[in-house]
Amino acid sequence: MTSVGPAIRAARSQGRAALVGYLPAGFPTVDGSIALMGALVDGGADVVEVGLPYSDPVMDGPTVQAAAETALAAGSRTTDVFRVVESAAEHVPTLVMTYWNPVERYGVERFAAHLAAAGGAGLITPDLIPDEAAEWIAAADSRSLDKVFLVAPSTGPERLQLTARHCRGFVYATAVMGVTGARASTSSAAPELVRRTREVTDLPVGVGLGVSTGVQAAEVAAYADAVIVGSALVRAVLDATDLAAAVMSVTSLTSELAGAVRGERRGELRGPARS
Amino acid sequence: MTDLLPDATGHFGRFGGRFMPEALIAPLDELERYWREAMADEVFTGRLRRLMSEYAGLPSLLYDADRFSEAVGARVLLKREDLNHTGAHKIRNVLGQALLTQRMGKKRVIAETGAGQHGVATATACAYFGLECVVYMGEVDTERQALNVARMKMLGAEVVPVTTGSRTLKDAINEALRDWVANVESTHYLLGTAAGAHPFPAMVRDFTRGIGDEARSQSLDLLGRLPDAALACVGGGSNAIGLFAAFIDDPDVRLYGFEAGGDGLDTGRHAATISAGEVGILHGTRSFLLQDADGQTVESHSISAGLDYPGVGPEHAWLAETGRASYRPITDAQAMQAMVELAKTEGIIAAIESAHALAGAYDVAQELGPDATLLVCLSGRGDKDMVTAATWFDLVNVSDIVEDVVEDAVEDPS
Repeated sequence: MTSVGPAIRAARSQGRAALVGYLPAGFPTVDGSIALMGALVDGGADVVEVGLPYSDPVMDGPTVQAAAETALAAGSRTTDVFRVVESAAEHVPTLVMTYWNPVERYGVERFAAHLAAAGGAGLITPDLIPDEAAEWIAAADSRSLDKVFLVAPSTGPERLQLTARHCRGFVYATAVMGVTGARASTSSAAPELVRRTREVTDLPVGVGLGVSTGVQAAEVAAYADAVIVGSALVRAVLDATDLAAAVMSVTSLTSELAGAVRGERRGELRGPARS
Repeated sequence: MTDLLPDATGHFGRFGGRFMPEALIAPLDELERYWREAMADEVFTGRLRRLMSEYAGLPSLLYDADRFSEAVGARVLLKREDLNHTGAHKIRNVLGQALLTQRMGKKRVIAETGAGQHGVATATACAYFGLECVVYMGEVDTERQALNVARMKMLGAEVVPVTTGSRTLKDAINEALRDWVANVESTHYLLGTAAGAHPFPAMVRDFTRGIGDEARSQSLDLLGRLPDAALACVGGGSNAIGLFAAFIDDPDVRLYGFEAGGDGLDTGRHAATISAGEVGILHGTRSFLLQDADGQTVESHSISAGLDYPGVGPEHAWLAETGRASYRPITDAQAMQAMVELAKTEGIIAAIESAHALAGAYDVAQELGPDATLLVCLSGRGDKDMVTAATWFDLVNVSDIVEDVVEDAVEDPS
């Protein structure tokens, strides 16, 4: 497995931010999600983030919730996520984003072992704070897996330090107080959060929540090491008439976003009205 | 011993804790700080005590139920929480948290509700304190419990039907959490049970522990000693933990919690989280829950909406694991039988939730013998359950009730 750290640093050395693209495993089907991960790679994502569908995703807005419901209704299982990770990790470093109960249920050690065997880089854990993560930290450390914990605008100096200290790969800065989903404008709190995070760590800082268009990605790329896009990509799949159309749509949006984090002004960048 | 739990990070042994987005950790820390300061402040606790007595009608009676005792086979003392304002123990928790909301300087309260009882209680407290109130309620439940939706609206609350997931209580909690993370600076999340992330399980316990504290001293006055057992129903577990809290350090008082056995544990249609669930994480806390092999939450089933929740408060998980309290399932049929038995022997119509504890008393009486004294928490009144009861016992044609109400409203708008 490869940490996502070097890929993000490589982007930085090229004078640009890295693009992290999120889609859930098993959405709309397991094989369909494998094809869509390919579209993220083809479109130019530097890092792929594979979501593990969960019944009670409290950090997610309606778009990602709808995808999770679709995946679970189609019979997506925890083990499927490893197959999806394997397909993406052949090409770019690949993380899994998961709520904690499915991992604990699978067995933290067993999950870490199977993730590593699939070539996964590590986990992003939206409802697991380092204070509760002793078992995961041990399992990840013994395999050098990435541990991506979240920081938020509400995070005070002490917790910022504690959380960053436990991260490997990058630190995930949630741009707004809220859930995932497209927003009309980018966050005014995010630049300050990134600045505060940089004061306490040398790790790259990625910014997610509410980044959906090329224009927004370019704005965030100006101050963050990685730009994380999820709901807009999920929306592209939900709006597509079939899988082939979804693959084209995801490739095209990813390519637009990949251009944006490189500061390219190719064609017309879409305005902020996309939802 | 009780005062030591949870530990400084909100754990009851391996249960409890905080499995929440980082964005909510600082607000949870702030809530805990305000709560602890408030409980150490005579002005706050004095105001809360006056509210409880002058507005909510507390302390509630401890009633020696002679005829029901005969039916059960042991002496039964009923803690009459059904006589409280709004008809259940829940007023204790909502008044405590609403007063705390005011102290925090927040103007907006959100809450989840299943059948609508916690929503009505929260709307009541918000009306009293002049706070904006938004209640999240699964769309399925807003249809099943239209009367409670009307109550909440009359009290000035906004009721938001939740259309995601299974459209029931657990999804209402998810939606309330999503609102909270986006609006936490202005908003308090008034959680309705002793579950969720720390400090909620401890805070809700301490706001409801008047049930047990009052009953303890009332038992001493009445009996000159403590009861042999304390019994309560358990959904999320707020009335049970409020009762148990006063007796945890009295080893001679046995503690029994009764979960919703629904159609029976073997049918899979139940809400018996401790009896038939497994350890996992839901809504911010580690406890027992109903889940599938992949850790996805499984829908619960109970005739009693107030017990119809796939999780349970972490302190109950701890009391179960340490053996201090016993948890047993009561089927829908057992609960309904106990409900009608109490009505016919004592003239008291209990909530179906509370009827689970009444039903549990029969077996406990058998085990402890006729000389035993059982303290049973009658956590709420059954007015809200009359349509369910009328259907179950085929008392009247239920569609007639609704039609009559609608006709009366049309004919006599005054």
